[in-house]
Amino acid sequence: MAGYILKRLVSAIPVLLGISVIVFVIMAMIPGDPATAILGSYATPENVEKLNRDLGLDKPMVQRYFIWLGNMLQGDFGRSFSLNRAVLDEVMERFGATLILAGTSFVLCSILGIAAGVVSAARQYGFADKAITFAVLLGISIPSFFLGMMMILIFAVQLRWFPVSGMWPIYGARDLSALISHLTLPALALAVVATGVIARLSRSAMLEVLRQDFIRTARAKGVHERSVIWRHALRAAMVSIIPVLGVQAGFVLSGAVYIEMVFQWPGVGRMLVDAILKRDILLVQGGVVFVAACYVLFNIAVDVAQSLLDPRIKT
Amino acid sequence: MSGFFRLLARNRLALAGLIVMGLVVLLALLTPLLPLADPDVTNTANRFKPPLSEGALLGTDHLGRDLLSRLMWGTRLSLAVGFAAAVIAATLGAAIGIIAGFYGGRTDNVIMRGVDMLMAFPYILLALAIVAALGPGLMNALIAVAAVNIPFFARNIRGITVGIAHKEFVDAARLSGMTDARIIATEVLPNVVPVIVIAMSTTVGWMILETAGLSFLGLGSQPPQADLGSMLGEARSALITNPHTSVVPGVMILIIVMAINLLGDGVRDALDPRLKSGALSRPMPTTLVDRSAPVPKPSDDGLLSITALETQFRVKDRVYRAVGGVDLHVEPGECLGIIGESGSGKSVTALSIMGLVASPPGVITGGAAYYRGDDLIGAPYEVLRSLRGRHVAYIFQDPLATLHPLYTVGDQLIEAVRAHHPTPRAEARVRAISLLKSVRIPNAEQRIDSYPHEMSGGMRQRVGIAMALANDPDIIIADEPTTALDVTVQAQILSLLNDLRRERGLAIIFITHDFGVVAQLCDRVAVMYAGRIVEGGPTDTILNAPAHPYTSRLMACVPELGQGRRVLAAIPGLPPAVDNLPTGCAFADRCHKVQPACRTADIPLSGPSDGNRVRCIFPMTASSEASA
Repeated sequence: MAGYILKRLVSAIPVLLGISVIVFVIMAMIPGDPATAILGSYATPENVEKLNRDLGLDKPMVQRYFIWLGNMLQGDFGRSFSLNRAVLDEVMERFGATLILAGTSFVLCSILGIAAGVVSAARQYGFADKAITFAVLLGISIPSFFLGMMMILIFAVQLRWFPVSGMWPIYGARDLSALISHLTLPALALAVVATGVIARLSRSAMLEVLRQDFIRTARAKGVHERSVIWRHALRAAMVSIIPVLGVQAGFVLSGAVYIEMVFQWPGVGRMLVDAILKRDILLVQGGVVFVAACYVLFNIAVDVAQSLLDPRIKT
Repeated sequence: MSGFFRLLARNRLALAGLIVMGLVVLLALLTPLLPLADPDVTNTANRFKPPLSEGALLGTDHLGRDLLSRLMWGTRLSLAVGFAAAVIAATLGAAIGIIAGFYGGRTDNVIMRGVDMLMAFPYILLALAIVAALGPGLMNALIAVAAVNIPFFARNIRGITVGIAHKEFVDAARLSGMTDARIIATEVLPNVVPVIVIAMSTTVGWMILETAGLSFLGLGSQPPQADLGSMLGEARSALITNPHTSVVPGVMILIIVMAINLLGDGVRDALDPRLKSGALSRPMPTTLVDRSAPVPKPSDDGLLSITALETQFRVKDRVYRAVGGVDLHVEPGECLGIIGESGSGKSVTALSIMGLVASPPGVITGGAAYYRGDDLIGAPYEVLRSLRGRHVAYIFQDPLATLHPLYTVGDQLIEAVRAHHPTPRAEARVRAISLLKSVRIPNAEQRIDSYPHEMSGGMRQRVGIAMALANDPDIIIADEPTTALDVTVQAQILSLLNDLRRERGLAIIFITHDFGVVAQLCDRVAVMYAGRIVEGGPTDTILNAPAHPYTSRLMACVPELGQGRRVLAAIPGLPPAVDNLPTGCAFADRCHKVQPACRTADIPLSGPSDGNRVRCIFPMTASSEASA
């Protein structure tokens, strides 16, 4: 197992390099002069030239890439000019907040989505199946940012069950109960779409598995139907559900940007949008590379989980 | 193609989606012609007028602009941008996919590596990066959304193209000297277009959502121009005081995306052939029972006696009579063979007993199966479950498919034990090991932790037998347990079953298509053809003097060792389709002794109750067999 994890980690290196190249190339497409963007259009040519030199922008592209990559590997993602702070520090701090939001959402959508899909498949064409199918359709069609706004309106403004926005109360203790009450609405709003997608896929994966011969064997043994569904069928269906969980984790992680805007959540998505509007390129670059790298590592964890689940995968 | 539209129309939800989408598109097209207020004229005196107020049906926004007008223009813009993004992504993605799939090799490798890299990004993050580089703006948001969807199309289309590129008709086109470009245009493209359509119909909703999302973040359309997303974004600051400015564009996005999703699902279902046959329905815990005729009384006092059993498969408007009135009984310690060609209904008969016929489409429509005097057909689930495996156990063909691939054989044995006898796990494990030993699996203590795929076919079938023995059943129903095994292993399994029968007094119902196996193991045998028993009686009698022409032809198909050269006679023709059985004898069309009387009326099973009973009005005699 340790060997397999190591092998997967090594195989991630070209992917991570590819990601850095793609981000670098995208950022190199920026029209105009970053130095002018930083200094504003009233900057003197001397200052622009100096800043270009400081940023290393006078060097050829390939050389610039390797300098950038080398610095990143040493933990130097550059400095954000709009925040006047090291990019990595800012990204790490914001990423923590995003991770709390997206992580909670991911757990929610996995559990709810799989449960809904299993129930739906086990009761195919029954009332529960139709109700879930409709709810899923609604869930995957509603924009998460609109849903978030409506949730604020109903549960925060009208019913006053939860705070309107933010991660922590402005006054008062920053304890777990405060976090949970701030987290509930955004985490739910973020989870809805992914829950729908996972429920859909779980349903069809379960239907596929329930037709297999080994399900008939389990029934012929006299195993209770509950166990047939939740033990035999779900275990086998997980083999095709888990890769989708990996994909959905990416959607939740990056879809957090909308929810962070709606709920004023101090996450990395909101940081990126602010940075884009302020043309703080180094902050965008660093944030994107960091989050994408974390996502690649997460997907390795998904592969490892898959190999633990399925003994037929050679590790 | 017309079939496709008919399927689409039959799906009411998809039709509803189509109608809603049609209306929205129509309104969007007509917007410039409608008598609407100018969407961009601000009038701060009329800020935040509520819906249904005079001169503004949906009210006004924070700058006093007419919301209805802005909604219509915004919808127009959102639709245009979403569709444009979908078309761009589909075109470029398909082009990349076709090139990669058609040329293969190095080209394919390089392109797909790049696609994999792009897909390693969280989707929206990549779009943000592109907008960051190009700068905020609706056109740039469109480019970003199209770009992040290209890998999805490229990968899908490549998969299809790879399959097509190696087909004979493409090779033929190559040999005839067509250029690659022409082959792609005339041979490949027509075959991938349906896939592109499905992929587009499932993603265009996403793309509308994503462009709206970027506009919502302030990275898409810039004021005063507004699509639905930026309307929502601008309304956000007045969410609490004037929610109608948010609800109007939000609900519109919801309606559009939902209509597209409904339509997309309909298109996918109409194009996915698996769904047409209804194959994706799952079997229920017990077979459906729908007996219209009165339930027959138990005929004799056997351990298990089946009377007039009828099982059908109902697929759409067709009815396949898989089992058409079968009577069987088995005594303790006895082995009954059921023999017949594939499709003769022997497995369905066996599975009907415990309600294990996949349903839908299976339905038991008549008859009874008495186990110790209780009818099992239509028994409540809990009753059947408590009998399954405990008193009546099954052994199936092909244990690689019938054992759960992800649990160790030990876990599956322990589960079988504990399903009926709640014992501690450790105790059940000891029992499982002794079960494995009783079916002569060497190193049972180690093998118990193996997965099915780590065992040989013979070992797996022994596990299957051990599992059937787990609760000391009275009856074992073995459905072709040796068919997937090679001959030496087959002999071992048969002798194992025979020993177990003698040691434990088991009744065995043995289903097979092999007379050699019947001769070795069975006391009595029933021959099935087209869902009915055509001959039944003591094995010796039938083997020595088969009375039904079908039995004798079936026996002639079995090669025998040491019998010298003999012509192996295949039976001409095929068994009749069980959805359209002929009147009279079902074998008539293939029978060399057929007479007009064979086709006029139903032929009963006749003969002495303890001897050879046959469903034939001109049975074979010793003399007629000699002349056959």
